[in-house]
Amino acid sequence: MAEMDTSGGGGHKKGPGVKKSKKLSTRVDLTPMVDLGFLLITFFIFTTTMTQPSSMKLNLPKDTEKEEEQNKVKESAVLSIFLGKDNAVYYYEGTLLPDGTNFKKTNFKDIRKVIIDKKRSTNPADFVVLIKPAPSSTYRNTVDMLDEMFINDVKRYALLDNLFTIEQQLITQAEGGPSLLDQQKAAQQAAPPAK
Amino acid sequence: MGRAKIARKSTAVDMTAMCDVAFLLLSFFILTTKFKPPEILQVTTPKSVQTKAADQKNIVWITMDKGGAVYFSISDDASDEKRTVIDEVNTAKALGLTDAEKKAFLRSGSFVGVPFSQLKSFLQQPTAKLASIKMPGIPVTDTLNNEMVVWMNAAVKAFGGTKMNILVKGDNEAKFPSFKGVLDAFKKTDQLKFQMITDQEGVPPGTDLYKKQHGPRTPA
Repeated sequence: MAEMDTSGGGGHKKGPGVKKSKKLSTRVDLTPMVDLGFLLITFFIFTTTMTQPSSMKLNLPKDTEKEEEQNKVKESAVLSIFLGKDNAVYYYEGTLLPDGTNFKKTNFKDIRKVIIDKKRSTNPADFVVLIKPAPSSTYRNTVDMLDEMFINDVKRYALLDNLFTIEQQLITQAEGGPSLLDQQKAAQQAAPPAK
Repeated sequence: MGRAKIARKSTAVDMTAMCDVAFLLLSFFILTTKFKPPEILQVTTPKSVQTKAADQKNIVWITMDKGGAVYFSISDDASDEKRTVIDEVNTAKALGLTDAEKKAFLRSGSFVGVPFSQLKSFLQQPTAKLASIKMPGIPVTDTLNNEMVVWMNAAVKAFGGTKMNILVKGDNEAKFPSFKGVLDAFKKTDQLKFQMITDQEGVPPGTDLYKKQHGPRTPA
């Protein structure tokens, strides 16, 4: 109590009254400060690079009525792919048989093999893929399928939004709805007979 | 101890210099970071292997959220075009927007996600309330009344000769009819080139694209 203790108290082992005051170093250890600095740097490094969104270019074909401007496709060299509910993928090669037997179901993983096989077995100049998403498919399905085109280096492909009636009926059948024949019967009954 | 006693030296390195370097680097990154405006719309974009960087200027954004609602906005660096767009839309649809409402449209990061019938009241909302409003989106699914066509026409007129970059940012779960409506609007306004925002994804090995990118392997 007799003197002011200004040295911070370190080194005192006994209570007041001991006159011995050890001079302490005023140097601060800056190692944690450096850790903090680098932590903030890493934060800014990561947030700066994340502001650049990447994009996928897409060109739409012109909708034209003129016969000569429309792209001609050879029917046997066409692979039609449909996108359905819950990431389901359906396809058929060439023309669709009236009873729908060549309408097959697959998923996103296996469609790549189908595309590769069809691509290998057709003339590269004729090979066309038609992508027809059904209203129940998601945006992600469309982007994934366009990606597949790019991954498999398909030069000619088209994104179409109009499905033929029979194609819609086949998809409904595959998703658990009424069978193809039932749907066709219902459609015939709903529409008044032609004659 | 034994005779060979080595004089003990301190192993603590003076960290002052390291700290200076660290803060210099930090200042550099702070000054070069550009912050994105806070996103009112939460959209998870799908992944794609096509990785070109998106354009940054003169952008017309078409955003589709999870529920399929479509939103329209223009990048902030094209404020003159924004002004023309809102004027065009006002005259085309006879909305009777006041100057204050037009100014609300010119706000940084503003977007439209309501049909024309609700546009006037939407523009009267202050920015703070926008995040909490549930927006129905611009109607695009009705082929006879695709309101996106009006917005796109206004944008085309506003941008005139300069190149307009159309960026579509869609959520994974957005259903196809919304996207179809947007594509129809593009076809009707003759905007056939556009880009879709995607997250980057690696090219699967063994595919044709992979072979193209990495060159043909030498046969064993």
